[in-house]
Amino acid sequence: MPSSNTKPQNSSPPVIDVRDLDLYYGLNQALKEINITLQEKQVTAFIGPSGCGKSTLLRCFNRMNDLIDGVRVSGSIRIAGHNIYDRSVDVIELRKLVGMVFQKSNPFPKSIHENIAYGLRLHGMKSRSEIDDVVESSLRSAALWDEVKDRLHASALVLSGGQQQRLCIARAIAIRPEIILMDEPASALDPIATAKIEELILELKKRFTILIVTHNMQQAARISDRTAFFYLGELIEYDTTSKIFTNPGRKQTEDYVTGRFG
Amino acid sequence: MSAGDSDNWAGIHRGRRTAPGEWLAEKAIFLISLSAIILVFLIFAFILRESLPIFLGTMNSSASRKVIQPSEMHTISREALRAYLEMPAGEFAEMDDETLKLMMEVKLEAAAEAPEDKDAKVNTASWSLMLKPHQWTGYDKPEYIWQPVSEIHKYNLIPLLVGTLKTTLVAMLFAVPLSLLAAIYVSQLASARHREWLKPAIEMLSGIPSVVLGFFALIVMATVLQKVFGYQSRLNAFVAGIALGLAIIPVVFSISEDALTSVPPSYPQAALALGASRWQAAWQVVLPAAMPGVFAATVLGFGRAIGETMIVLMASGNASIMGWDILDSTRTITATIAAELAEAVFGGHHYRILFALGTMLFAVSFLTNLAGDLITHRLKKQLEGKP
Repeated sequence: MPSSNTKPQNSSPPVIDVRDLDLYYGLNQALKEINITLQEKQVTAFIGPSGCGKSTLLRCFNRMNDLIDGVRVSGSIRIAGHNIYDRSVDVIELRKLVGMVFQKSNPFPKSIHENIAYGLRLHGMKSRSEIDDVVESSLRSAALWDEVKDRLHASALVLSGGQQQRLCIARAIAIRPEIILMDEPASALDPIATAKIEELILELKKRFTILIVTHNMQQAARISDRTAFFYLGELIEYDTTSKIFTNPGRKQTEDYVTGRFG
Repeated sequence: MSAGDSDNWAGIHRGRRTAPGEWLAEKAIFLISLSAIILVFLIFAFILRESLPIFLGTMNSSASRKVIQPSEMHTISREALRAYLEMPAGEFAEMDDETLKLMMEVKLEAAAEAPEDKDAKVNTASWSLMLKPHQWTGYDKPEYIWQPVSEIHKYNLIPLLVGTLKTTLVAMLFAVPLSLLAAIYVSQLASARHREWLKPAIEMLSGIPSVVLGFFALIVMATVLQKVFGYQSRLNAFVAGIALGLAIIPVVFSISEDALTSVPPSYPQAALALGASRWQAAWQVVLPAAMPGVFAATVLGFGRAIGETMIVLMASGNASIMGWDILDSTRTITATIAAELAEAVFGGHHYRILFALGTMLFAVSFLTNLAGDLITHRLKKQLEGKP
């Protein structure tokens, strides 16, 4: 794996700074001049109606948008001072530091153990005992260990939806990222499983910076420190969560959080 | 209107078959699909019937055997006479004595011309001679020989089986890795613009008639490959295998590409988000998830390769030499049937042995398909985590 000098240093805090970010799908502009600064070890929620660009912005932070044909990005995203859209950036190293959890749980069709071990091996961990240790600590961090410790070598696909999603979180934190992106991680889950995921997010924010996209207004209110409201590709308002939900500065934000549209 | 309005609800009592046309069409389609199964069964029944005397070991092909003088015709039983003349019961019953006597005289004449050789007495259509080596007159050790058109008909099947296997093996070794890599590239790595023309282009290979491929192999590939590798016989199992490989590439490619494409994109995305390269995601995550389909593609390619006739007939050199060297000229089962059936005496031992070869070929493809199906199912279950 090419280790590059663009890797952000662990000593400096990974504060994210987005400047003048425009994103086009072909001729269609999906993000318009986004400017936002995100705090370390906080949960930031992105809210807004479907198609507002919140997921697109989320996928900019680990450059998953690169995979889509015809995507063009201008402006900059600086994480700990490093522009991740710089020519010299190795996306593999970037994605090691910026983990992601998807909307629909997507464990590999392999064993529970293998799901976590895969990412570790990808980043060069070879020792079996070391891998076993990280698998266990990641599953413990994801509050899944007690439920699966007796069947680590069973297929991950036999787990319930909520367990699968927690496995995906364990998989993401196993490679020790600094930032975790979550794209509506609980939208396909029942209320009990959702509550477990939310509890987990609150626990994880002690160690990681978390960006979460959600459709669920109560969820954003419950778990996030700061909330950004997007509409039609523009950042309308960004403030502390309590301010956004109790005393928003913009009319559109108020209409949205009170359920008048969206 | 209310739900209780009886006029609205009366219409539901229209009988079970509201659309007789649809019912008829459905049954007709069912019958047509059923007839396909019946046809396959009938074909198998036919080739099995034609080859049954070989499998049962009741066929005798020895060139010289005990003769019964025509004058003794009435001293032996009718059944023994029928067996001696090797006629089916129905046909035998219609013959009058005069004709039977004539046929016995023909037998007598044939026996007089039979070679005076120890080999002339052995039944070359028996299982032991078809499978085990035999030391023929003039040879200094037991050998496997297929030589149906000679005074002593030598019917050893092993050279043909070996020839078929080695040609198929070369084809598989050449075609499977190539088509698999192409499938991974097209389904996972290529941009949409490249995929648009790559997939049809590779699949267009299947549109080349096998006789044209054979012709190309015979005239062009054989010469080029011989120049490059510098081996002795121009046409051999290697050339035939490569040409055969070209014929099965579209089959293996097309099916494994479908299998790879149908893997949910969320799998490679998860791998990429963990920091895998696109190649790692394709090779370590997508390929294992598509394994059942890829395996099925390989089995289908094998079936196509082992049953292909025209290419091997033209490019293999067609010499039934026993041996595993792929640079020797060789001859496959299919090419043997195609080349020899037209000249074999109807109902004779040569004819029946060719049918026996056909039966074996049928059985082999049937069994590989069956085994392939079972393994595909097991792989699928494993992936889904079911016991």
